[in-house]
Amino acid sequence: MSDSTTTAHNPYLQHHYAEMEQQVDAGKIGMWLFLATEVLLFGGLFVGFAIMSAKHHEAFKLAHEHLDRSLGALNTVVLLLSSFTMVMAVDSARHNRQKALVWYLVATLTLAGVFLGVKYFEYSHKFHLGLLPGKYYAGGGEDAVGQAMFFSFYFMMTGLHGFHILGGIVVIAWLIRRSIRGVFTSAYNAPVDLAGLYWHLVDMIWIYLFPLLYLIG
Amino acid sequence: MRTYAIILGILLVLTAITVAASGIHFGSPAINVVVALGIASLKASLVALFFMHLLHDKPLNALIFVAGLVFLALFLILTLIDVDFRLPVEVTPTAFLTGLRLW
Repeated sequence: MSDSTTTAHNPYLQHHYAEMEQQVDAGKIGMWLFLATEVLLFGGLFVGFAIMSAKHHEAFKLAHEHLDRSLGALNTVVLLLSSFTMVMAVDSARHNRQKALVWYLVATLTLAGVFLGVKYFEYSHKFHLGLLPGKYYAGGGEDAVGQAMFFSFYFMMTGLHGFHILGGIVVIAWLIRRSIRGVFTSAYNAPVDLAGLYWHLVDMIWIYLFPLLYLIG
Repeated sequence: MRTYAIILGILLVLTAITVAASGIHFGSPAINVVVALGIASLKASLVALFFMHLLHDKPLNALIFVAGLVFLALFLILTLIDVDFRLPVEVTPTAFLTGLRLW
């Protein structure tokens, strides 16, 4: 009995919600709606990529060979691991394991940093070779215009994805600060849960970007 | 913890498989695309069902997400059909770059 009264008096319950469960559900629906719009945001780029790679098949094939697939695979592993540490963070918060929560969040943040580090290395290598988007392309080769188009897509897609990683890093850093203060418990952990959903979506988008850009061009 | 670790293991194995499969020529490059995207979709489904808890969550959340995917599929299919049936006027790389310059 006392359990239901504690949830009703949860200090994190906003006054416009009847109970905590309703508040959490509303937050989740909001996050999923946001994720659906994210799918459509990246979807535009994926559709453009599909059309252009069908039209300039040979150029895209040539251009994609400039990408280092082992670095791409490494980053895929890094993001998958970070998804695992993120879901473990959510699990730790739900079970009141606050120390574990902090450490799993720190691990996620570190892996996100590693991902961006690898990406920085890849980008600077391409800048060096003149493999730049659109009119800035100076890589030469056969069907240079088609290859320039490939790099337009490459930088737009991985760049937009990179900004999402950056956004995730900011959110995770904020979560770490709050979790060190012991804010998140089994009674209140929606922010960790929602940030986790966002982080998994960012991982999911990379799951498609990696084979499309690095493996099949 | 165990479920999540198992899912992570499967995701890593699938990543290795997709890298290995991209080196094999299945006869037509289209098959390579289908294999790569098929594995990617399998991985994405595992992430959604287990890491994002859609398997045990309220179905409304899954419905919202799937609705987004359905509209993306519509977008992709209708656009590809349109491009396929278009007459010679097309977006050439040159026109694309001219557009960029104008912009």
